[in-house]
Formats: sequence, C-alpha cells, structure tokens
Amino acid sequence: MSYYLGEYDVAVVGAGHAGCEAALAAARLGVKTALFTISLDGIANMPCNPSIGGTAKGHIVKEIDALGGEMGRSADATFLQSRMLNLGKGPAVHSLRVQADRVAYHTLMKRTLEQQPGLEIRQGEVVDIRLNGEGAVTEIETALGAVYKVRAVILASGTYLSGKIHVGEVSYTAGPDGSLAALGLSENLRRIGVELRRFKTGTPARVHRRSIDFSKLERQEGDERIVPFSADTEGVLKNKVACYIAYTNAETHRVILENLHRSPLYSGRIEGIGPRYCPSIEDKIVRFSDKPRHQLFIEPMGLDTDEMYLQGMSSSLPEDVQLTFLRTIEGLERVEVMRSAYAIEYDCCDPTQLLPTLEFKKISGLYGAGQFNGTSGYEEAAGQGLIAGINAARKIQGKEPVILDRASSYIGTLIDDLVTKGCMDPYRMMTSRSEYRLILRQDNADERLTPLGYEIGLVGKNRMEKLEKKRSGTEKELARLEKLVLPPSEALNALLVSRETSPLSTGVRAAELLKRPQIGYADLAPFDPARPEVSYEVAEQVEIRLKYEGYIKRQLQQVKQMRKLEGRALPGQGFDYQEITGLRLEAVEKLNQIHPLNIGQASRISGVSPADVTVLSIWMEGERRKRYE
Amino acid sequence: MMQNDTIAAIATPNAAGGISMIRISGPKAVQIADKIFQPLSGQPLSERKGYTGAYGTAYDEQGEIDNLIAFVYRAPKSYTGEEVVELSCHGGIIVTRRLLRAVLDAGARLADPGEFTKRAFLNGKMTLTQAESVMDLVNSQSEQAARCAVAALDGALYRRIAEIRERLVAQTAHITAWIDFPEEDVDAVKLSFLRGELLEIEGELKELIRTFDVGKVIHMGVNTAIVGRPNVGKSTLMNLLAGCEKSIVTDMAGTTRDVVEETVNLGDVVLRLADTAGIRRTKNAVELAGIDRAKKRIAEADLVLLVLDASEELDGEDIELMRVVRAKPSVLVANKADLGIRIDLDYIKRDFPHHLVLSAKEARSVEALNREIGSLMNLTNLDTNQPILANERQRACAAAALNQIEAALDALSFGMTLDAVNLLIEDAIDSLLQLTGESVSEVVVDEVFSRFCVGK
Repeated sequence: MSYYLGEYDVAVVGAGHAGCEAALAAARLGVKTALFTISLDGIANMPCNPSIGGTAKGHIVKEIDALGGEMGRSADATFLQSRMLNLGKGPAVHSLRVQADRVAYHTLMKRTLEQQPGLEIRQGEVVDIRLNGEGAVTEIETALGAVYKVRAVILASGTYLSGKIHVGEVSYTAGPDGSLAALGLSENLRRIGVELRRFKTGTPARVHRRSIDFSKLERQEGDERIVPFSADTEGVLKNKVACYIAYTNAETHRVILENLHRSPLYSGRIEGIGPRYCPSIEDKIVRFSDKPRHQLFIEPMGLDTDEMYLQGMSSSLPEDVQLTFLRTIEGLERVEVMRSAYAIEYDCCDPTQLLPTLEFKKISGLYGAGQFNGTSGYEEAAGQGLIAGINAARKIQGKEPVILDRASSYIGTLIDDLVTKGCMDPYRMMTSRSEYRLILRQDNADERLTPLGYEIGLVGKNRMEKLEKKRSGTEKELARLEKLVLPPSEALNALLVSRETSPLSTGVRAAELLKRPQIGYADLAPFDPARPEVSYEVAEQVEIRLKYEGYIKRQLQQVKQMRKLEGRALPGQGFDYQEITGLRLEAVEKLNQIHPLNIGQASRISGVSPADVTVLSIWMEGERRKRYE
Repeated sequence: MMQNDTIAAIATPNAAGGISMIRISGPKAVQIADKIFQPLSGQPLSERKGYTGAYGTAYDEQGEIDNLIAFVYRAPKSYTGEEVVELSCHGGIIVTRRLLRAVLDAGARLADPGEFTKRAFLNGKMTLTQAESVMDLVNSQSEQAARCAVAALDGALYRRIAEIRERLVAQTAHITAWIDFPEEDVDAVKLSFLRGELLEIEGELKELIRTFDVGKVIHMGVNTAIVGRPNVGKSTLMNLLAGCEKSIVTDMAGTTRDVVEETVNLGDVVLRLADTAGIRRTKNAVELAGIDRAKKRIAEADLVLLVLDASEELDGEDIELMRVVRAKPSVLVANKADLGIRIDLDYIKRDFPHHLVLSAKEARSVEALNREIGSLMNLTNLDTNQPILANERQRACAAAALNQIEAALDALSFGMTLDAVNLLIEDAIDSLLQLTGESVSEVVVDEVFSRFCVGK
C-alpha cells in the first residue's frame, strides 16, 4: 500500500558526502529540498579512512569551499591532525590533508543539515523513481510506501546500492559499516533506462588502541603551521593527535599467500571491478612480490574512541587470516580487531550517460553524484554533489546550468573525464589527470571559483571582499617589487652564494631576483626595508606568480585555445551523427553515445580522431553558412 | 590544431611526371619560402605581388637542393584564401623530400590530410555544395595516412621512437607516483638521475633526427596489392603491368622473400605493386600463413587488384577474398577470359563497381586496366605522398619532443620544481604519442599503477 506524503523540488537519495553537499546547495539556492537516507546515523560517515584531502583531493576540498560548499568548513572544525603534503615538489602539487574525527564530522554535518532552512531530512529508503509521459522524474517512493512528488532527484547512493559485503568465504547483503543496503532501487533504475554496472572497494580493519605497542612504531606529527581548507576558518588551528607507521614483513606475506585461496577475489566470487589505486594487501603482495615490506599507517578514528584505522591493509581475507597476519606485524603482536576488513560490491552507473551538469541525458531531472557515478573518495563525491545540487536547483529556477571546464578546476576535470571518457574502475582524482595543473593550485582555488560561487548565490559578500583584498594586495606588492631595485651588497651576495645562485654585480629588480627558485620572498625582507606588511596568502601568491610566470603564461595560452573549441557548440541530444558525411563509423557511434556539448569535448572522446574533429568543424561551418544564406 | 599557423605538403598527388610541387599556405608562407629560396633576379618573394613567379635555387643546410620556380599568391586570392607559395621542382622523390624538409625546418608545419582543402573551404573559397566532398576527402586521406602510419609503426624508426617514449614515460610515472602518493614508499626522485636520463634521451633524439634519412629509401606511389588464389594469373598480370615502359624494379630491403615488389608508372599514377607470388600450397600451415599474409597486405594496401580465374566457377577461397577486399579501393580482374567464361559475372559485379574481364596475356589489356585504375583513383583521392608524409610526421614529432626535453633540462638546471619540469616531460611524451593518438594522462596513470605499489 502506498500513500502520498508530500512534495519537494529536489529529493537527494543518500546522505554521504555527495548527498550532503547536494542537499545543502539546493536548499541554500532556495528550492524545497529533502535528503533521504537509510539511516540518520550514517550521515556524512567515513566508512573507510578517517581523513579528508590529500593529493588532488585537497585541491577539490578547497574548490568546494571556494564555491560555497560545506566539506572544508566541517573538516577544519573536526580535524585531529593536519599536514600539507608535497612541500618542496612545487606549489601546483602542495596538497592539504587532515585526519578527521569521524564521529565529530558526522555530528557536525548532521547539525548543519538540520539547521538549514528549506531542507528536510528523512530517514527512508527510496526504492522507486517514476517518470512522467515526457520521461522526466515526477515521483519517488520509499520502502515504507510513502510517495513524494518531486521535480528533480539526485542519486548519491554510494556503496549502498545493492551492496554486498565479502569477508573471506562469507558474503552478505549490506551497506558500508554494517548498515542496511538499498535493495529495491537498482531494478527500478534499470526499468527507467539507467545502465548499471558493478564496482568493488574495500576497507581495512579497525583495532583497539590499547592493543598496539606504540614504542615499536614510527610516530608522525602534524604540521606546525596549519593551513585551513576554508576561507571562513579563522584563528589558530592545533593538532590533537599523532599517527603511526608500521610495516609488514616476510611472515605477514607468507600468511597471506598461504591463504589466498580463501579470498573471494581470488576464488572469483567478487565480480565487481576494484580500484587500481586502492589495492588490498593481498593484491599488493601478489602483484609486487619483490617488495620485502609494505607500509601501513595507524590513524585514530576520533577523540572519543579507541578505534584505530590501519591504512594500507584493506583485505577481503577471512577474519582468522586477518588476525593472524596483523599479529605478525611489529607493534601489532597482540592486536585486538574491533571491526574486520571487508570488500564491498555495489551498483553504480556508467557516467557517460550523464551531461557535464551531472543530469542524465535521457531522463530530465535525474542527477547522479559520487560513487554512484563510478568515482571513489569523499572529496570527489562531495565535489560532484555540490555541482549536481547547484544544477538541479538552477534547472527548477529556469536558470542556465553551471558547467566547470577543465581549466577552471579539478572538479571540472573530474566531471569532464567521467562524462566524456567514462571509467573502467573506480575513478580517483590525481594531479596528473589535469593538464592545467600549474594554474589549478589549491592556493588559488578562491580566485578561480569564488566569483562563480558568489554569482550562483552560495558564497557571501564577505568572501568576495576577502578575495578582493588578497587580489589587490598581490597586485600591489607585485607592482612594487617590479619597481624596487636591489643594489648589490655584501650581505645580499652572501645570501645568494649560500643558496648556490650567482651573486649580483649590478642592481637588480626584486621581482627579477625572486624568479630564482633558490630565493624566497621572506629571504629578501632584510634588503627591503620599505616592505609593507602582507598576509601569508599574499606573500605566497606573489612568490608563485613570479617564479612560475612563464609556465603560467604558457598554460593560460593553452586554456585560451581549449576554450575556443569549448565555445563551439554541437547539436543537441536528438541529433544523429550518421547524417554527417565523412565521419568514421567508430566516431559516429561514440558521438551518438556521448553527444558532446561542443567540439572541445568531442575531441577528447577516445575513438574520435583529429580527422573526425576536422570533419565536424567543416560540417559546422557549412551549417552556419546555410543559416546565413 | 591551430588555425593560423603555416602548413606545407607535397601537392602533386600522383607522383608521376617530371615535376613535383610543394605548397606552403598560411600567414608566414612567403617569409618561410624566402628563407630557403634564392631567386635569380635577387628580388625576394616578399617583395612580389600575387600571381607572379620567380626562377631560382633552393638551399638547405647541406647546400643546394635544386633549381625551381616559386609562385606567389597573395591572400585572399589563392587556393586556400591564405598567403600561398608553390615551389615546383624537377626532382624525383629524394629532391622533393629534401625540399619539403627544408620548408618544415624553416617554420612550416606538415599539413594534415585534406588540410589545404579544409582551409580553402573555411576561408570561403569553396561553395557550400563542395563541403561534403571536402569532408569525404579529409576522411579518406586521413585513413590512408593512418594506414601508412601503421606501416611505419612496424619500422625500425618507430621502434626507436617508441623506446624513447617508454623511457620518458618511466620518468614521468616515477615523478607522478612520487607526487600523487607522497606517503607511500615510492623512492624519492633523484634530480641527478633524472637529469642524466633526460640528457641521454636528448642525445638519442638528436641522433635520431640527424640520421633520419641515411640509407633509407622512401617508397612512393600507390601501395598496391595483387591478391588471388594460386594459378589465377597474378604473376602474369604483374608482368603485364611491369612490362610497361619506365618500370623500375626496386630491391626492397627487409621485406619477406616471397613478396615481389615493383614500381610501375601507369598513365598518370605510380603503382607500387606487390605480389604474394612465392606462396604455394604445400602444407596446411603454409597455406594459412599465406592467407594471413595476404590479409595483412590487403589491410596495408591503398589499392587492391583482386585476380580471379574467369574460366572457373568461384570457389570458397575466392569468396572469402572478395569479402575481405570489398571494403577497400579495389579492382576485380577476372583473368583468363580467353579460356571461356564460367565465372558468375553478375555475382562479382554486385560488390565490385570496378571490374574487368580480360586476359593478362594480351598486351592491350593494359589500357583497360589503366582506365579502370585511373577512374578509381580520381574517385577515392588516393594520395601517393602518404608514405613520405608518414615519415616526415615521425621526424616532426621527434623534433618537437626534443624541444620539450631541452626545455625540461633548462628548467632543471634553473632549479624549477618538479611539478613544472614534469609538465614539460609530459609535453614531450605527448609529441611522441601523436603518432598513435594515445592520451598522455592515461598512459602515465596506467604506468604508475603497473609499476608502483601505491594506494591504501
């Protein structure tokens, strides 16, 4: 028996990191929004590692913050330890990563959702999404039979959708962290034309703090000077915990190899495709058999718990084998396992069914975000949730969609990769995936995206003022350094020689001197008595802008070329590329499948050759002339 | 692809006759031509009006190339609507290539297949109704180019380029793994080692470019395969064609001993004929190898002459060959017509608009073949320059990669961080990958996960 219970503009299915951002963005933009979750206690859970950020992922969190999302603020408020990774490898790849308090993060995010006007949170499993005669979403139904009229649905089902957990020879239907799986929805999604596939991921064991001998482990502290994710975060931030490093050994590897036959992956019971970058410990040992040891990080799960996370030891071996191999590790000889490692399989979609707005091409009003779109990682999920939420709200409000291009952000790169190339295994963002990475830095996410966030309506005026201050401060200081001539002096030349760079014989402009990689902005302070007081952010921008000027210019030139192609719109969804003479068969098939928005996107589809792109541009010119005539 | 750069290519498609022409089109066409061309009159091309020509000599670093005529067209009054210079020389393949090389070294980019025509259309030099034929041209020429590239990919030259690419990918994968997985035990990138590798690669690229031509004969003409089961008269047909005047027999190094190759001038076109003559049915394995080889030849060929015995009924092997050949530019030759016709002519006509019933023993059959091949060539825009261009493309890719590696070495010496250096190395890989059309990012990511144990 089903019954009608209400009406929403946007219904978000799933309250993980994608769902939370989607729901908050939609509600903040003024559409009536409901967030459905199987359990309120699972909101913004981190069922895998208790950390946020990292290489390229930290960039995404900064971008979410610049656009007015929530993840950065929540991470700043609940982190336990913060580190800026990759210092010394160049500003483009500096990456912020924090260990987060899992429960505090959940509690804070739940509270933020609860306090958001225009957003209702409903515990309930959505089992059906119905379309009207035109193929647009119109209703959803929950497992209890409640029917809601909706104008848009954002699917952010994570690993819940037809989830199945494997531990050794045992497998059972479940969502992450022992929650309930979402079971009815897959079949109904297929019925409305959503193509699903099966992916797999895994997580390591959680162990009790008292059972670890920390004296045998390497200790890893956080940074002294902590950079926050959010431009809203102020005040001094402090680390609260340390992390530890341990290593596997020959004995660990022997135990694992002897029990491989008991792994569901090796016996073939798991059909889902796992992520290449997140191998289980048994995978690592089999594939890299020459490595004598593998590293694992031991990370606290929170301040109010003794649970510790064993990063690097994801496994689907049986519980007894897990316990045996963990106890071979120095420092873990008497370890008590609290939660066993497991592998989880789940349903997700082929993201080439989506537009760059994250709306399904063939189902108006249906959006996908996060692991449902084939990605992996909290940050990747949150970034997509934000964009899906923004676009669902804007569609309802009759506004133009927001599409981030590859040169704007890692979020744009991620979405473009997904909808243009698809993914064969769970997609993780990496700095190497961005060809524009020298200009997509975490330090300039605000410059790249905050004006857009402000225009959309998710970012307040104060943030624009902050950005303006940073910008004008940077320009002013750059202009001053361009004019400032530093005469050669004994002290300055001593500094230069000590940094192994050539001394001066004549005066040189400070801007010129700062181009040398060996000399930092702070180094020149003693020789620059008139230097005004500038913020850390401004000093950082000044230094990067000077040192990487040539590279940045070159990338901006490439961006200009790319945007030219991106501006040339191709025909919409109904068009059949078979009509264009001269395209190769493979190109016709791919173009009909992806239906790229423009020539730029078309050129990135594998199977569309440069010659096909030429044919497309000639055809477009012909069409233009026909219209003109 | 830039719209405003200057492009060049050999513009005399069929390679027959005594004169070859190289067309340069784009804003710097005249400037580039002036760099390599010394007019007898002393007046540089840049001072010339459109529609005028000059006689003179072209030079490259090695000295004089040839005497030639340069003809200047000023935008928009040219074939492409851009500034155009056409250089006509008397030389054969070697001279034409050297001239093209000199033009490319002076700053032109090798034109993509159909690019002159594309520019002509985009610049309003052609009517709307011509658009479709332009699109067909781009398509068919780029497929020829791709075929030639595949043929070139088998070559020793490509293997060297591929080796260099692999070494670069290994360096980038290491830097990438070290950057993207900073907490995994990936060995730190040692700058001195990286510099050493890049220096070696720089040296190899330089050597590769320097020795690009030495001892290498580029085969020009329409790559033509003669196929058919044994005893249908392939060799007779080959001899018939080879009996034409001006036929040149080349001894092609590195080809299998049972493929006979000849270059033949047939009316307006040059055919590069290959006959899989030596294959005999003795054992099953050999027969299979023969059919496989024939299929490979068919795949690589621009033009296929499928020979059938008109005096016999079609057998299974004939039908299989017809199926394989059908999609290619091809002429079906029903030979041995003098012995009476037992073949199903209606059946063979259905799939082969270009077909002939003849006897290869009769000398006059050449004319019929000539006509049929000529009409087919006009329809399909076969461009006989493609093997040369495939080769020049490889050289251009190697030269671009060398530039990027030099920039990466400069950046390293200056002390730039690896995020910037790595982008330059990736650009070099990108240049080398243009031969196969793969994407750098995917190649690097694949390499990272296959070589490094990274991930949590």
